[in-house]
Amino acid sequence: MFSLKMHFKKQNNSVIPGFGLSMGITVTMLSLIVLIPLFSVFLILSDSTFREFWQVVTDKQTIAAYKVSLSCSAIAAVINVVFGILLAWILTRYKFPLRRVLDGLIELPFALPTAVAGIALTTLYSGEGWIGGLFAKAGIEISYTRIGITIAMIFIGIPFVVRSIQPVLEKLDPQYEEAASALGASRSRIFFKVVLPEILPAALAGFGLAFARSMGEYGSVVFIAGNIPYETQIVPLIIMNKLEQFNYPAATSIALVMVLFAFVLLFIINLIQAQINKIARG
Amino acid sequence: MKRTYILSKRILALAIALVSILGTVTGCSDKASSSKDEKSSSETVSITNVSYDPTRELYEQYNKLFQEYWEKEKGQKAEIIQSHGGSGKQARSVLEGNEADVVTLALEGDVDELRTGGLIDDGWVDEFPKNSAPYTSTIVFLVRKDNPKNIKDWDDIVKPGVEVITPDPKSSGGARWNFLAAWAYADKKYGGDEAKNKEFLKSLYDNVSVLDSGARGATTTFVENKKGDVLLAWENEAFLSVKEHPGEYEIVTPSLSILAQPSVAVVDANVEKHGTGEVSKAYLEYLYSDEAQRLEGENYYRPSAPEILSEFSDTFDLNIELVNINDDFGGWAAAAEKFFEDGAIFDQIYQ
Repeated sequence: MFSLKMHFKKQNNSVIPGFGLSMGITVTMLSLIVLIPLFSVFLILSDSTFREFWQVVTDKQTIAAYKVSLSCSAIAAVINVVFGILLAWILTRYKFPLRRVLDGLIELPFALPTAVAGIALTTLYSGEGWIGGLFAKAGIEISYTRIGITIAMIFIGIPFVVRSIQPVLEKLDPQYEEAASALGASRSRIFFKVVLPEILPAALAGFGLAFARSMGEYGSVVFIAGNIPYETQIVPLIIMNKLEQFNYPAATSIALVMVLFAFVLLFIINLIQAQINKIARG
Repeated sequence: MKRTYILSKRILALAIALVSILGTVTGCSDKASSSKDEKSSSETVSITNVSYDPTRELYEQYNKLFQEYWEKEKGQKAEIIQSHGGSGKQARSVLEGNEADVVTLALEGDVDELRTGGLIDDGWVDEFPKNSAPYTSTIVFLVRKDNPKNIKDWDDIVKPGVEVITPDPKSSGGARWNFLAAWAYADKKYGGDEAKNKEFLKSLYDNVSVLDSGARGATTTFVENKKGDVLLAWENEAFLSVKEHPGEYEIVTPSLSILAQPSVAVVDANVEKHGTGEVSKAYLEYLYSDEAQRLEGENYYRPSAPEILSEFSDTFDLNIELVNINDDFGGWAAAAEKFFEDGAIFDQIYQ
């Protein structure tokens, strides 16, 4: 597998012609869609001093919201990785009726308007809902608590993990596992020593994407969160509240912090991935 | 051969890029050109009314009424495009380029934000009668059937163990009225002792379990998801919930509440551009006619004309004591600064 990669790297002359033009289009598109909007964030901020910025982003209520957003997204991303691996495994390794349907369903959270998902989840998990009613009997409230926030984040994050791992698993030759089994490795040993190292980079990528997406999610979470300051208020809601008050600089300041969080997170995950690849290559 | 192949590819790519750029440019200007067309034809005139959430049903009916009136008066067909959402969000969308001809929003402050943004001329509050508020509403309590927690007045909803649902005053216009109504009650009770008022509001918001971002969201939480014991709601929203779920809810009118005056205004900068000044003005003026006032009453808004309001004395509790934002709070700007700015009283009670 790795020799294949090397082979591609060596070819400097790409098979697709017109590097200059396609690069130009790429840069233009990226600028229009990603870079300029991001840059405008800094532009709006240029009116306020660093002191104002610092005051806004370190406000007690905002810090409490960072904590809620980060902790809930982290928990949701961890749960997503565990169940995402399981789901991807079942979808690639087993043939069963309606597999294709199930496979298609994974993507539903991508397609569904997030507000619809949020309202559906809230209704389902509220004290009167089908699932929430069962938990309510045990004294556990889900909707309007941090558990509810986490559930909404799991919902929107799961496709990222499954779709990251699936292609790797599909390519992974079952012969490795057979060989390991023939050599007498136990099932758990095969999973941890043979399968997991192969899918780990993909799982990490999925984790990072799900994490970053959950942190920024507004539409579905806002319905299921109680939105109580210091308890169940997420950062995107604080940003929206600042906007409602026509306080653009404050909203942008907090948005910038979120951008930085997401950037650092994805950067660290890229570093770890590179490290893993290095080790794997020897 | 190869060269021409590359060349034609290049031309194709360029053509695609050009077309997409042209597409965006013309796509953007589409709106402007279509409004010009409407201006030139005298047969139909089109205006956009940007409003807030709960007025959906009212304006659906009012627009029909106005269309008949306008056609009779001027022999011209009027087309009205409606837009609804949270009041603050709607104001922001107009500020950011949503070409509204008229705004009919929940808060005077939201309309005034458009004046600050240069879209509405100074002195708009006096452009129409009654502070440019053709209908009013107030804040009432919606409780579950038979009122199990025996809620009668504000004192009952600050008691421990009562679960209150109200939206977030930071993001919802309606929620600000709720907050101010509670404050006014406390103010009267403690004779103007602000520290005690804060205590009162703190015990009220300690009972709040969900702070939805908008009034409709809070209604959904209370009515559909059955969360909480009491919903602080617009009177018209409360009536709608009772009507839609007969026998499940009751309205409790507290001894004191606040006169909520949703404001209407012509967006001067936009009507000038569209040439729709006359019809926009007539559209808002007609809200004060007897027929329209009656329609507002039927949609559970309190008509501003006293004689029409008295026709609805069976529906509304007219004995309620109502404070008013201008006389009791010194206007919206002052109230917003004192209560809802970052670090102001609402933030303080959560610290």
